[in-house]
Amino acid sequence: MDNDIKINIKDLNLFIGNKHILKNINISIPNKKLTVILGPSGCGKTTLLKTLNRLTDLYPEVKVKGNIFIDNEDILHTNKNITEIRKNMGLLSQQPYPLPMNIFRNVTYGLRISGRRNRKILKNRVEHYLKQVNLWDEVKDRLKDSASQLSIGQQQRLCLARGLAVDPEIILADEPTSALDPISSQTIENEFLTFNGNYTIIVVTHSLRQAKRIADYVIFMYLGEVIEQNSADEFFNNPKEEKTKEYLKGIFN
Amino acid sequence: MRHLKIKQFEESFFRVIMFLSTLLIVLTLFLIIFTILYKGLPSLSWEMISQVPKGGFYFGKEGGILNAIIGSLYLSFGATIIAMIISLPVALFINIHLVKRKKLVNAIRFILDLLWGVPSIVYGAFGFAVMIYFGLRTSLLAGMITLTFLIIPIMIRSMDEVLKTIPIGLMEASLSLGSTRSETAYKIFFKQSLPGIITAILLSFGRAIGDAASVLFTTGYTDNIPTSISQPAATLPLSIFFQLTSPIPEVQNRAYASAIVLTFIILLISISSRFLFNKFNKHNIKS
Repeated sequence: MDNDIKINIKDLNLFIGNKHILKNINISIPNKKLTVILGPSGCGKTTLLKTLNRLTDLYPEVKVKGNIFIDNEDILHTNKNITEIRKNMGLLSQQPYPLPMNIFRNVTYGLRISGRRNRKILKNRVEHYLKQVNLWDEVKDRLKDSASQLSIGQQQRLCLARGLAVDPEIILADEPTSALDPISSQTIENEFLTFNGNYTIIVVTHSLRQAKRIADYVIFMYLGEVIEQNSADEFFNNPKEEKTKEYLKGIFN
Repeated sequence: MRHLKIKQFEESFFRVIMFLSTLLIVLTLFLIIFTILYKGLPSLSWEMISQVPKGGFYFGKEGGILNAIIGSLYLSFGATIIAMIISLPVALFINIHLVKRKKLVNAIRFILDLLWGVPSIVYGAFGFAVMIYFGLRTSLLAGMITLTFLIIPIMIRSMDEVLKTIPIGLMEASLSLGSTRSETAYKIFFKQSLPGIITAILLSFGRAIGDAASVLFTTGYTDNIPTSISQPAATLPLSIFFQLTSPIPEVQNRAYASAIVLTFIILLISISSRFLFNKFNKHNIKS
């Protein structure tokens, strides 16, 4: 069983100033599966996601207590370089943030800063990853164009390709489709389904339907607490908690 | 009904006020330019900008203000480059490495704003004291150092204002790709804010070249073009001052001609800043 757990969170509490944002979070996230963190807006899902690769380090007044074990390494209390830990997790945010450079350089950025500069290999990688996210055909003739000229949907796919290019084991996605048009959303969802099995994917969403479409495993949060966590099958067909049942019926949102 | 009328009156009242204020500003600007052109243009000649003052220049005899043009350019370029080397790391540091230390950053910004507000004559006096302490004489070097002090707060805060507008999501994206904070600073934030950084540098240059008080005691004044940074140098603002205080009308008119030269240099800086802004703006993420 333990081999199938990638991330193990124990007694995680997070405060911003005096506000208690995450309360006693205890969850296990399965390896190479797609886990959805589900819950209404403001329940702390995004904060939980950002705690996983310690982007919470960037926010003033944030205090984190507890343990997050990734492959048995407690990333909250580690001597390991935080940059190395982050590199292992690709991030897809709500809004795409392409880097201020051209498309080619966006995809190769992660490779270049880790010292890989062989042009032939880089070219190869760019084609490989852009194909993987279904963007290659749209941009192959304009790789030297600025990434900011792409549409939002294309930018989001570029960000995914850029994240994959550093060869992470985990993909963190924070409502990755909420700013996108329906077709781009579908593309991203399909890509997640295709990658599933190769990566540990964690998707934050407030959309029940999206969760139903993509999840293997569901963590349901409400007001900073984890209410229920289970396999998608069990979660949707046989919810245990009252709150979950209400949410699934759409009583609150 | 009455409420609506009051609203309409308010609307037109404030429109008129805003229009008049705008008009006043634009007219003042034109008036300034018109005055220096009207008084200075007849005295402006090739001789004026290509020669150093000859004997009796300040009494209406031959010569020009090349000494002041060159002196001002040396001084401002020098100060701008030194200030840039210091300001850029500071601006990046407070926006990236200190992103979590909000109170500290606010304190730094407050101090810089205070320094920005200090009158330039105070910088002049300070520079003079430093100069004496180190046994320097009035020279290009002393002037550059003083001007550097004067423009550093302006430069850091202008860069800071641009860097502040970069969304934190970009920093998160960069860090998630395995960049360190310094890589994020110099490879991402620097690129993203390059147009704004150039504007900040040129703004500071404009301030440096136009300042008279801070160089009064520190750079001195000379009719020669300096050949090393340990020599004193003339500056355009002081040249204008010396000519304008002359009782001879011809010399006074030359002061206006010198003002045209100074204004022209600043105009050139503004235009090139616009040009460079557009040139480097293409990769920018608009949000």
